[in-house]
Amino acid sequence: MSVRIESLTKTYGVQNAIDHISFSIGHGEVVGLLGPNGAGKSTTMKILTCFMPQSSGEAEVCNFNTRTSPLEVRRRVGYLPEHNPLYGDMYVKEYLLHVAGMYKLANPEARVKQMVELTGLGPEQHKRIEQLSKGYRQRVGLAQALVHDPEVLILDEPTSGLDPNQLVDIRNLIREIGQQKTVILSTHIMQEVEALCPRIIIINKGKIVADGSRESLQRGKKGQELVEVELDGAIDVALLRGLNGVLRVEVLSGNRYKVEAQAGNDLRKAIFDLAVKQNRAILSLNVQQSSLEDVFRQLTRS
Amino acid sequence: MYSLFLKEIRSFLSSPIAYVVIGVFLLVTSLFIWVFPDYSILEFNFANMDPLFVMAPWIFLFLIPAVTMRSFAEERKSGTIELLLTRPLTDFQIVGAKYLAGLVLVFLSLLPTFLYAVTVYRLADPIGNVDTGAMLGSYIGLFCLASAFVAIGLFSSSLTDNQIVSFVTAVFFSFFFYAAFDSLSLMQLPQQVLLVLEYLGIARHYEGMSQGVIDSRDVLYFVSLNAFFLTLTRYVLQNRYR
Repeated sequence: MSVRIESLTKTYGVQNAIDHISFSIGHGEVVGLLGPNGAGKSTTMKILTCFMPQSSGEAEVCNFNTRTSPLEVRRRVGYLPEHNPLYGDMYVKEYLLHVAGMYKLANPEARVKQMVELTGLGPEQHKRIEQLSKGYRQRVGLAQALVHDPEVLILDEPTSGLDPNQLVDIRNLIREIGQQKTVILSTHIMQEVEALCPRIIIINKGKIVADGSRESLQRGKKGQELVEVELDGAIDVALLRGLNGVLRVEVLSGNRYKVEAQAGNDLRKAIFDLAVKQNRAILSLNVQQSSLEDVFRQLTRS
Repeated sequence: MYSLFLKEIRSFLSSPIAYVVIGVFLLVTSLFIWVFPDYSILEFNFANMDPLFVMAPWIFLFLIPAVTMRSFAEERKSGTIELLLTRPLTDFQIVGAKYLAGLVLVFLSLLPTFLYAVTVYRLADPIGNVDTGAMLGSYIGLFCLASAFVAIGLFSSSLTDNQIVSFVTAVFFSFFFYAAFDSLSLMQLPQQVLLVLEYLGIARHYEGMSQGVIDSRDVLYFVSLNAFFLTLTRYVLQNRYR
């Protein structure tokens, strides 16, 4: 296991920032940590990176406990904190060499060069960090997190405040990295999770409210299949209701029907057969998934 | 740790801080040694460096806090402390690296004053008729005193994310340890208390070393004072930022 968290709790005063959280992440997984602001995403990450000690529970990275062997954990974790703090008065290359030095890399020059290439910092590498645009700074942040070739990458809102082009660039970069490494990234942008993370953990008020693959979450908590069909003419609603597993049929305008069925019933073929039998042509047929945003709102609003 | 130490020194040298501090230190000390008639060696007609060693603590009292005020306060304000504390370094290595970098800067500012020493040596009549032992002892004492100010400065910087607060706190603590204990020992108090107060102050130990006597008790005092503040800094790092 790359990351294992068991019954992790962090208390600030009387408030539980996170409350008995448990999950584990296998090697090479890319996991999105989702949740509203203040849900405990950053706190979880800060504990995993050994920035903060937990109040109770255990956290392990690559089988090293954050409490008992923090230096081993830190060697194996690459971390991009929330606001991407950097030393503005240092030069890009100077900074990366400095970071490489702190990890005692064997060949820092070569490694930094490699990172500059990977993150596309080439044209900016001789500038001061404070002179860089936000997108390039974010790349520096990623480069410093990656320079020691960590096994686990922890990214706290890596794309906040970027413009759409930069967003795509950084996402591509993360996706590329995610092919070899375990990545945990937090965000509250749904598209980001859809684009990057096969697995999603949703935290709300310090508790895990959902943990599963993107598809399983999207299929909706209600456990229903939703099909919207448009025909070239009207059809008897009772016929649709009679199909296997159908719970509800809603008539929409212009010969469109919304059919809800119990989970596990793929209605598309049945509807097609029915339409043929009734001499109707199907103009469109959509299986609707509840969007991740709906799922998120459903789980975290209370 | 070495990498952090180098980075700290480089950040001193790539910003105006080091140059202003060293420049001001040299300017003020040379004014006292050579120009101001009340202190000037040329007026005094004694071939020693006493003006330097009397004034330097007071100049360091303000300059060293100015150097150390950023060290943790700025890291904290800009958030880089979060990255620093998640590198594979122990808290003590982090404090140590910053402390050593501060010492290097102190050393760099003291280095050019050897020129004054050489000048005094040459001016003496006959040439070389100076108490080199006392001079060397004073230098060692001054360095010890400055190192204590660095440790105090680091501690003050770790307390806050505001550089001004850090500076003022550091000046206060440094002043307290340098002079206040000594002055307190003039109060009407039982003899034992007075002895303890005097022992706690930097001034007594500094003056002892200025005589050219390197007493192990004075050295031990400075080592413990430094260790005390560095340990406090480490304690704050472990508990306050997290």
